[in-house]
Order: sequence, then C-alpha cells, then structure tokens
Amino acid sequence: MTQLLLFNVTNGLIIGAFYVLMALGLSLILNLSNVINFAHGGFLVIGGYIAYTITPYVGFWGALFIAPPLTAIIGLAVERVLIRPLYGRDPLYSLLLTFGLAFIIEDGTRFIWGAQGKPVTIPAILARPLSNEFFFITGYRLFMVIMVVISVTLLFSLLRYTRLGIRIRAGTLDLETVAALGINVRMLRSLNFAVGIFLAGLSGVLAAGQLGLEPTMGTGLLMPSFIAIIVGGVGSLTGTLLGGLLIGVASGVTAVFLPAASEAIMYVLMAVVLLIRPRGLLGEQGMMT
Amino acid sequence: MSGQEQAHRMIALTAIWAALVLAPYWMVPLGGYTALGTRVLVLGLAAMSVNFLLGFTGVLSFGHAAYFGLGAYGAGFALKFLAPSTPLSLLCGMLLGGIAGAVLGALSVRRRGVYFAMVTIAFGQVFYYIAFQWSAVTGGDDGLRGFSRQPLEFGLFSIDILSNASAFYYFVLVCFGLVAAVMAFILRSPFGRTMIAIRENERRARFLGIPVERHIWIAFTLSCFFMGFAGALYALVNNFADPRGLHYSQSGDFVMMAVMGGMRSFWGPMLGAAVFVVLQDYLSSITINWMSFVGMLFVAVVLFFPRGLLGFIRRKSEA
Repeated sequence: MTQLLLFNVTNGLIIGAFYVLMALGLSLILNLSNVINFAHGGFLVIGGYIAYTITPYVGFWGALFIAPPLTAIIGLAVERVLIRPLYGRDPLYSLLLTFGLAFIIEDGTRFIWGAQGKPVTIPAILARPLSNEFFFITGYRLFMVIMVVISVTLLFSLLRYTRLGIRIRAGTLDLETVAALGINVRMLRSLNFAVGIFLAGLSGVLAAGQLGLEPTMGTGLLMPSFIAIIVGGVGSLTGTLLGGLLIGVASGVTAVFLPAASEAIMYVLMAVVLLIRPRGLLGEQGMMT
Repeated sequence: MSGQEQAHRMIALTAIWAALVLAPYWMVPLGGYTALGTRVLVLGLAAMSVNFLLGFTGVLSFGHAAYFGLGAYGAGFALKFLAPSTPLSLLCGMLLGGIAGAVLGALSVRRRGVYFAMVTIAFGQVFYYIAFQWSAVTGGDDGLRGFSRQPLEFGLFSIDILSNASAFYYFVLVCFGLVAAVMAFILRSPFGRTMIAIRENERRARFLGIPVERHIWIAFTLSCFFMGFAGALYALVNNFADPRGLHYSQSGDFVMMAVMGGMRSFWGPMLGAAVFVVLQDYLSSITINWMSFVGMLFVAVVLFFPRGLLGFIRRKSEA
C-alpha cells in the first residue's frame, strides 16, 4: 500500500510537472495581455505534430529542439495578425477568437495528418523502465520531469535577470506605466506570447512521446492548466507552478482510492481553494478580481 | 422613448412573432424542416439566457452549457424515473440547472472579468466529467437514453407532441414565449435596471449602495434557471441528453450566438442562434471540415462584426 501510494504520488508529480509546463505558458499570456488563450491546447498539438513530421529527418533530439521554436513562430504570426487588434477590447473577444482558432487548428491537423492517432517513437534509452521496483516509471517520464525543471528554471531566470523578463513582469503589474516609460508594449506582448507558445510547443513534443498524437488531445490537456492557474492564483507564476503540482499529486493519490474521481478531484480542490482563499494560493489581492 | 421609436419597436416585435408563429409554413418551402425550427427556438432561448447575464449584467460566464446540460439530464431523469409527464420534466430540468447555478454562482461571483470566465468554465466542466464518468446513472459517453416526451394531457383532450412535429414546435414556441416574457419583465423591473447600471459602471453602482455581488449572483442564478429550462426543452427535442451538451465548447457556441446576433439587444441572441444553427446544419451536410468553417466564423465575427448583426444593421441605418 505504501509503495502504491508512493508510486502514485510520484506519478502525480510527473503529471503535475507536465501541467505546469502548459499552464505557465497560458499564465504568461493571461497575466500580461489579459487573453485567455483557448488555442493553447491547439498550439500544443501543432508542436507535437511538427515533431512527428520532422523526427524522421532530424531524430527525436533534433525535433525536441526544432519543434518548439517553430511553434513559437506560428504563434507569433497568429498574435500579430489576429490577436493584436483585440488588445484593449473586452477580453470576451480574444476569448472567442482563440476559441474559434482552437476549432480551426483541431480541424486543420485532422486535415493534414489524419484523424488517426500517430505514435511517436522515442529513443530506446528513454523507453525502458528505470528499475523494477518503481514498476511503471520509464526513463521517459523522468526525462519529462527533467525537461520541465530545465525549462521552468530557464523561464524564471529569463523573467528575473533579462531585460525582457523584467519588462514582462513590470507590464504584468502596470502596463500603462511601462508604456509611459517608452517601452514598446506591442513588441513586449508579442515576445511574451511567443514565449508562452514556445512552452506549449515543448509540452506538445513531450506529450507526443508519452501519449502519442491525436488532433483532439489539446482540449483534454487545457482544463487542468486552467485549474492550475486558478488554484495557484492569477497573476503569480510561482502560484501556477504550485497549483500544477498540487492538482497532479491530488489526482495521482485519488487514482489509488477512487480511480473514477481522479479527474473530478481537481475541481473539488479548486472549489475548496476558491471558498477559503478566493484569490488563489499565491494570488495577489486585487489582481484581476 | 419617442412615439416613433415606440412604433418601430412594436412593428419589429410583431414581425418577430409573426415569423416565429408562421415558421412551419415558410421554413419548409425554403428548404428547412420543422425540427430545425424547434432547435433554433431552444438554442435561441439558451443564447438569450446567456445574454441575460453577458449582455445585460456585463458578466461573462463561459460555462453556461453546464446548466443547459443539467436541465437536459434533469428532464431525462424525471421522465425516466419519476413520472411520464412533460411539464414535470421541464420543471425538474429547470430546478436542477438553476439550483446548481445558484450554488456555483455563489462561489464564482467574487471574481470578475477573465478570472470569472475561467472559474465558470472550470466549474462547468465538473458536470461534464460527472456525466461522462458515472455511466451507471448517466449513460456515460452515449448519453442518457430511454425516455421520450409525453403527450400533453389537459383532462378533456390531449395534444400529441411526440409524433406531430408542428404540434411540438408550437408547444416549444409557447414555452419560449413564456420564458422570454419573464426575461423581458425582469429586465424592465428596477432589478433589471440595476443590472444594466452594474454593467455600465460597476464602481458607481457600488458607491450608490447597490450590493453588486448579490445582484450579480441573482442575475447569474436567474440565467441558470432559464438555461436549465432551455436544456430541458432540448432533451425533449432529442429524446436524449448528451454529455457534450455540458461541455465548455457548447458554452462557447452559446456565447458566440449571443455575440454574433448582437449582445446589447434582447432579440440579438435569437438571431445569432438562427444563423448559427442553420449554418452549422448546412455546413455539416456539405463538408466534413465544418469545424474549420465554424472556427473561421468565430474569427470573422470577432474581427469584423464585434457588435453583432443587429449592432451592424443599426449602425448602418444610423449612418
């Protein structure tokens, strides 16, 4: 029993780490631009399919490095053409637009790559189980966690130490002042969007290795990221990180006792957090209330 | 309101009702079918319920499909397990949707803007997962089956709404009219005016001593009751309750109908629903890539017609 529990907690942490990666991108865009990117799951799918397409030529490792930037470039174009005109309008509009975009992406991937799921081959070194005691944890899962840790570290150092990062953080708090100081806010939003989509693309490549690819996979992965943001508190990336891990572990542990409720527990957790602490665990008071 | 405006309004209302009442006669020659008209009515009612909150209180709930779906399941359960009575099933559906909305609304109303939208989406999904997972009761992915709408008994005579498509259309139209009248009545009441005040300037409303949270909660709950009613009607339309009716993508469709028609007007969502339903029906019959077209419709409406069709027409006529 202890072993089973331990296994499921670890498993939950791994899934949580994956949610974190996706939720951080969503959270970045939400915090700076006040846009709920419904197409985030769509960009994840694009990242995964790009990786699938280029793997035969560049191998898994090559795809891992090429697919996310390519996804980010697509994201940049989308932001420039479709989302930029909506800044400053009611958030309802960007929400509806990205919602429609998610439809287009899902249908587009089905059109290009077919409705059938596609398996993605991962290097043999990652595919075998780590040890016999932790029965299911393959090298790939560990690798996913390592990738998440690396990207989260890079993201947080980007935000902390680079000029772009400092501007993004400042813009999250007070975009008007940032603009008044002579910073090109449009450019800032575009770059920020690209960083967010880069993370979605990376999640896509990682998810493809674990789950295989399907045009509809983005929708299912979007909701946990939402909950991670709400639980952690809107406006706080550290909160999103915490929220993602928390719901991952919660659903992992619940899977031991009541498998059917492993999805529902996330929502219960969210309801409890909203009751006790409406701004979320690490959310700032007054932030987007 | 000037006399001329009032006259215009009367003409418009008469035209709308005439079109709705005569729909079975003009739709079929135009290539439609009566059941399509029934679906437009029901989904239009749902879009109007969403707009009750979105357009008149200025609060964006993106999870209203949950209450629509709950209404459908409520009606289905009532017909299947309680008693074979159509009015009872409508009542049960409305209560299930409304009560769930009251509870979850209380949890969500302290948030605003995008955050509110996110919370409502996430809460809405709870019901989707319940319906999807708890297949012993809800039928899971296949949906709730094994019930059908019952003839209306009036003691002396009964109306067969099960097999007679026109009779059912008129039944739905009467229900639609009742709920629309209640909605219009609420919007004209002091409470409705307060909702609009909150939409226009929440801070000022607060300074005037209006308990904003409570008003939003009541508006949310009312719209969930309407939504539950519409959902119950939808279950009667299909004789089946679909878990996808609870999904947030259905909420997106409702919001889209409201925005496309024009969310600042009472009848806008109805127009939006008519266009949306007919277009979707048509597109899905000619292409398997209809999803892309619906998506492009979303993008186009947002970029080019943010005020919706009615807003667009109004602006044209003023210019």
